[in-house]
Amino acid sequence: METWAVDLADVGAVYPWQGAEVIMVIVGVVFWLWWHVAQVKGENEEYKADLEKYGSDEQIKKALDTHY
Amino acid sequence: MGNNLDALTTVFTEFYYWVTVVFMFLIHVGFCMYEVGASRWRNHLHTLMKNTMLIPLVTITFYFFGWWIYWALPNGPGITGPILWDMGAANTPWSPNMATHLGDRITGVFWAAFLLFSWTAASIVSGSVIERIRSSAFWIHAVLIGSVFWIIDAAWGWHYGGWMVQILGYHDAYASGVIHAIAGGYALGILVVLGPRIGKFAADGTPRDILPHNPWLVTIGLFLIYTGFWGFYAACNVPIIAPSGIDGLITGETWTATNIYLGPTTLGAITFNFLMSLSGGLLMAYVVSKGDPFWTYSGGLAGIITASAGNDLYHPIQAMIIGGIGAYLAFKLHYFVERKFKIDDAVGAVAVHGYAGFIGLVICGFVLWGYPSSPYDGYATVNPLGQFLGAIIMFFVLGFLPAFIVSKIMAGAGVLRIPREVELMGLDFKTLEESEESRENFRQAEKALV
Repeated sequence: METWAVDLADVGAVYPWQGAEVIMVIVGVVFWLWWHVAQVKGENEEYKADLEKYGSDEQIKKALDTHY
Repeated sequence: MGNNLDALTTVFTEFYYWVTVVFMFLIHVGFCMYEVGASRWRNHLHTLMKNTMLIPLVTITFYFFGWWIYWALPNGPGITGPILWDMGAANTPWSPNMATHLGDRITGVFWAAFLLFSWTAASIVSGSVIERIRSSAFWIHAVLIGSVFWIIDAAWGWHYGGWMVQILGYHDAYASGVIHAIAGGYALGILVVLGPRIGKFAADGTPRDILPHNPWLVTIGLFLIYTGFWGFYAACNVPIIAPSGIDGLITGETWTATNIYLGPTTLGAITFNFLMSLSGGLLMAYVVSKGDPFWTYSGGLAGIITASAGNDLYHPIQAMIIGGIGAYLAFKLHYFVERKFKIDDAVGAVAVHGYAGFIGLVICGFVLWGYPSSPYDGYATVNPLGQFLGAIIMFFVLGFLPAFIVSKIMAGAGVLRIPREVELMGLDFKTLEESEESRENFRQAEKALV
């Protein structure tokens, strides 16, 4: 948009980069799928670290006593 | 907008749906409180994030493809016609209508109203699987129920041209089936594969109570869900439309509110019936649960859900009785299924949403038998068989079955359930330990200053 000196009845879409919608959708979908991949990696690392640091029987018993 | 009356109608409709969205946000606040309160302290932060993060995931996927499904698939496809490419085109993520568009004030708010239903569907599932599902697995399920399966059922049975409405006479004005039965069925499909929380059942199969860490939070959460439910009900209506806009069999010039099928109703009618079905559910649940707060509140919800299919047309006393029946059966069925099949539904979601929604559809078929399902010519009228088949489609075909299959695949790949040791120590153990260490460090630092 360059000016609001218009009849609004003639105005439709006003967002920038009109004509590039499909590209924006592709970027959005890639971002969505990337998030799942990154989240799964982070979750696996979190469980691994938790088990290494706290996974002994004593620690688990302590956890049940402390934070039930 | 052709003239001032058209402009007023459009702006009113835009604002109406916008307000429903704000109200419906409270449903999600309520679900989060309810679910966090029902979890044990050692899991409460992960439980909160599991539910919270379904919001962005379902939102973006509902934008990418969910909304298109609703407009493109009312015919099945292949049951009453092909994919409606033209109807779907304006609702693709690359359509100008799905963006900042001064000539289209309705698509954004109507999309958002449906989106909030999507969150609700996913959130119903979320509560039942707490404390042992991997968040990553749940979030994939959330996208599937929130942006795929529920919206397929909406295209089929909650669209003025849906094939289930045309052929079966399916009537489900406030979503007993299209949200609640499907979400309950979906939750059950996961639970069967996921299994119970460690320790839920004794060696002889007797179920143990795993108590909520904060019952007060649970009940306030349910209270907030009631509040948001008002927005849900309003969002299921078209607020104002002329008979010429419906273009069906209604004669005369009287403008009206309609249900999603464009059949006439009023906000007054659904206000009577919402409150009376809530009351029927609360009264019955209080008695049958012997005053248990969790089940009394849940019974109120089950009451509304059971009556919702026909709450656009019922008499308020019918709504009350139906609500009471739903609450009674939801309570009894929850414990029957728990004992018999060892299903650990942590918040009773399968019963309150799934069984109550299913039962509500069937009851609606009898009470509204012979009523028109639509203002359009040639549609089947409401009938018990159509409603029963509709309930099967919602609960089993689009709910239970896909959840079961996807969960089986996830379980086979070892990505459905958290490791046993993590489940025992609690998902939040590391965070809680580090918090305690930080507190202790600071306490020691302060003591050193004295």
